[in-house]
Amino acid sequence: MKLILAKIKVLSPSIRHFTLAPVSGTLPVAGAGAHVVLEIAGPGRVWKNAYSIISAPGAATYEIVVRRVEMSRGGSAWLHDHAQIGKVIEVQPPQNLFTPPRTARKHLLLSAGIGITPFLSYLHVPGLNYEWHHCGKAEDAAAFKALLPDAAHVTLHTGRNALNLAALLAAQKLDTHLSLCGPEAFMDFALATAEHAGWPAQKIHKESFGGATGGEPFTVHLRRSGHTINVGADQSLLDALEAAGLAPPCLCRGGACGECKLPVLAGVPAHHDHYLSATERAANDAIMICVSRAQTQELVLDF
Amino acid sequence: MNLIIKPAETFRGDYTYTNSDEAILRFPFPFPEDIYMYAVNVEPHVRGGPTSAYDAVFDIDEHYVGDMEDRAITLAEDPLRCQVLPHMNEAEWDTLELLMESLSYDYPEHFTLTKNGDEWHWVNRPLNIDQHFTFGRRETLPYGPFEYITRQVQGDFSVQDQRDGTLYMDGGMVTSQADWSLNFDVGMTFHEWHGPVPLAHEAGVFDRALQYLLRLQHGKPVRRLNWTITANPRLDTSPENYPIWGPEKAEINPANVAHRMCLRVEVQTLTRLPRSNAILFGIRGYLIRLQELARVKKWAIRMHRVIRDLHPQIAEYKGMPRYRQFIIDYLASYDDGSHLNSGTAPEQDAL
Repeated sequence: MKLILAKIKVLSPSIRHFTLAPVSGTLPVAGAGAHVVLEIAGPGRVWKNAYSIISAPGAATYEIVVRRVEMSRGGSAWLHDHAQIGKVIEVQPPQNLFTPPRTARKHLLLSAGIGITPFLSYLHVPGLNYEWHHCGKAEDAAAFKALLPDAAHVTLHTGRNALNLAALLAAQKLDTHLSLCGPEAFMDFALATAEHAGWPAQKIHKESFGGATGGEPFTVHLRRSGHTINVGADQSLLDALEAAGLAPPCLCRGGACGECKLPVLAGVPAHHDHYLSATERAANDAIMICVSRAQTQELVLDF
Repeated sequence: MNLIIKPAETFRGDYTYTNSDEAILRFPFPFPEDIYMYAVNVEPHVRGGPTSAYDAVFDIDEHYVGDMEDRAITLAEDPLRCQVLPHMNEAEWDTLELLMESLSYDYPEHFTLTKNGDEWHWVNRPLNIDQHFTFGRRETLPYGPFEYITRQVQGDFSVQDQRDGTLYMDGGMVTSQADWSLNFDVGMTFHEWHGPVPLAHEAGVFDRALQYLLRLQHGKPVRRLNWTITANPRLDTSPENYPIWGPEKAEINPANVAHRMCLRVEVQTLTRLPRSNAILFGIRGYLIRLQELARVKKWAIRMHRVIRDLHPQIAEYKGMPRYRQFIIDYLASYDDGSHLNSGTAPEQDAL
């Protein structure tokens, strides 16, 4: 879908708040924990960056908060340096990989840096009982203060070791769930601390983006039909075959139904499906073309 | 869509339920091939399919008013046929929004939804309902939002919460089930509530299906078909009421099998709900008497072959052994041995 950049708010030199409005019609509802993928066209390629939606479900616009990544892949740098109000951006419909665990009696939210964003969306859940600790650098304190609710159970920690995580975790009751979002090192530390304190895995939740169909580009040779097709970084093998005018068998397009299984004659597949058994995977003589790719630069399929 | 809703028929007692010619031709016949075996037969749920039963996201047909009256009778006798666990509040509103938007879009002559912010106005003409309410405020509706709307939509529903790498059946409206109980299954995981199904566990069907459903995306609903055989066009074939409908099975004989035996097809839809991230599972049941089905030549022949060659364990699970031979004998007279095309469309425009 196409969205128009309606508003830009500078929260700090490296953090900006963007409002995206529909070009026409209304937006799909996005719930707590949902994200959108922005497709940002760069020189020679398209960046696909996922951002949490912090506006309320059913709101007229999507709001996102973006940090300019120092070693930027390009997307966040473009949003900070080049994006202008009125610009139309291709956006993939919202998906949700970080739903708040709704059976929790209490949510302990723990975030760092730009990991603040998914929990801003949690605040829209009616009646959510939560305690939130956010860690950030001192230079971003003003930006985070502007985003965080002004409440007794919300604490902003700036500077190293400002938060005694072990004590915080030890103080929780059994019906509390812990949700984490932040940089890799922060997550590793928090997970290790929670595990050391005896938290069961079912009560720890962390943001992870996944399910992408893309990967390294490769080439596929189709033995029976004689085609040679390049599979791009942003398309699936199935998409590439269809783009070449072929109609391979397929049904679920999600690696579950088994319909699109094709024999592999040469090359090594990278299996991402849920259909093939461990034995079948190890044999490497079949591939589910809707989600799986190649470990080798070339694959030869019997099709 | 040109939908004429019949006055209420009965699905119990005198069983006045019949299908018009139009309803027969739009029946979602479930067998694309001459042989049946379990599979993850899932496909995208988009408008359009082999018959007009697939034209709407949630299909309303000529039996609508009678269906909803039968549901109300069942609920009055047993309120536990509708249950939603407390943590599913947002999923309830998701369901109400999805069903109201779908019905008013697909059947504007029968249903109208008007929104002014959170102040909503719902008009259901076939059931004479005119309701103003506030979205998100339960106290502004006569029932909880899930029960309120599923009392007005054909088919059973369950809402499934996603957590701990599986799905939990944490709510539902189940009054027209093929012998399973919401009150027994509520709170169970995906593998637990599918426990009784034969053969499919060993084939890994449920492991694969679950992995697929956990990745079900917003805006990309899917569907699959399921089927069974029912004595009489009865919606409430529940374990709770087996003492009522169980004995009716014993009354089936070669003389009445064509009239009383029904093929029961479920068009099952799975939709990711946006606010809660739960999954709404719709089980839209269709009933057709064998003598109605046999008016479509292709279906009579194919049904004969499927039932004749059905795996014994599947026949057992679907409760068929008692009258399987009666069905085969009745349908055998239609099977001239001709080759049938793949697919489920009736391949005739009139009866």
